[in-house]
Amino acid sequence: MTPLQGCLLVSALLFAIGLAGAVTRRNAILALVGIELMLNSANLNFIAFWRYGPNPEALSGVMVVIFSIAIAAAEAAVGLALIIAIYRHYRTANLDEMKNLKG
Amino acid sequence: MSPAFLIIAFVTLFAAAAAMSLRNLVHCALSLVVALAGLAALYLNLGAQFVGFAQILVYVGAVAILIVFAVLLTRSDATPNQAILAPGWLTGIVVSAVVFATLGWAALNSTGLPKETPPAPETTVKNIGDMLMTQYVLPLEVIGLLLTAALIGAVIIAMKEGSEKAKIEDGGLKMETLSSPSSILHPPPSSGGHA
Repeated sequence: MTPLQGCLLVSALLFAIGLAGAVTRRNAILALVGIELMLNSANLNFIAFWRYGPNPEALSGVMVVIFSIAIAAAEAAVGLALIIAIYRHYRTANLDEMKNLKG
Repeated sequence: MSPAFLIIAFVTLFAAAAAMSLRNLVHCALSLVVALAGLAALYLNLGAQFVGFAQILVYVGAVAILIVFAVLLTRSDATPNQAILAPGWLTGIVVSAVVFATLGWAALNSTGLPKETPPAPETTVKNIGDMLMTQYVLPLEVIGLLLTAALIGAVIIAMKEGSEKAKIEDGGLKMETLSSPSSILHPPPSSGGHA
């Protein structure tokens, strides 16, 4: 197994853990954390392909990851603000109890 | 594969699994911090210094604190006594196992992956800054605009409903003097039935 394949396997396992958490957990915050883990596993893939792929001087993988981190920060801020607004409305952060769009 | 990589990968995956499976949400947030720091160590191990430190600054510094604040503000810091998993959790586990099997199979059996390990590329922060200011200057500006919009949007969404309503009313009144259709966009709160 080459180092690149090791990175890809770690990233795939991280993605699967994040997906399982985002789909199965009841709490809205934990679903957001799972999405963050999936984004991070994609970043790890970019860095691994940049390191072991051809032409690393172009820095494409590093650039994509820098922009992806910025977008993920914006996404986390807006997502947590939405969760807090929903909590204020429903008095719960449980995804199963949020059933109405106009409560 | 170096032993350092294996140790960091094991710690990262263990912390991620703990973050997704613990009952208490504060423990989940702390495990998430460990997982994100482990990912930063993986980036450093792969030779991407700038990305590793950006990961520590943004994720361990900012996003983790934001998540802890959200946990405390939604009062979900106590250990829940009902089930923590949604009703269809078995399907979710099976789906993610299938996803992992597919990705792992593709990573192990792909023939297009480069076999040899190239020497570590010389990357300095100066190179990254040069690229950001020349080739990637338009995406950089767009990211700046996106972050500004997300900041304003997050503040507006999470604002207290009473003050938000007052603000909208205020803006609606001001806009009404300029254009009449704003009264359609912002109906008076007495008829809206807003809680």
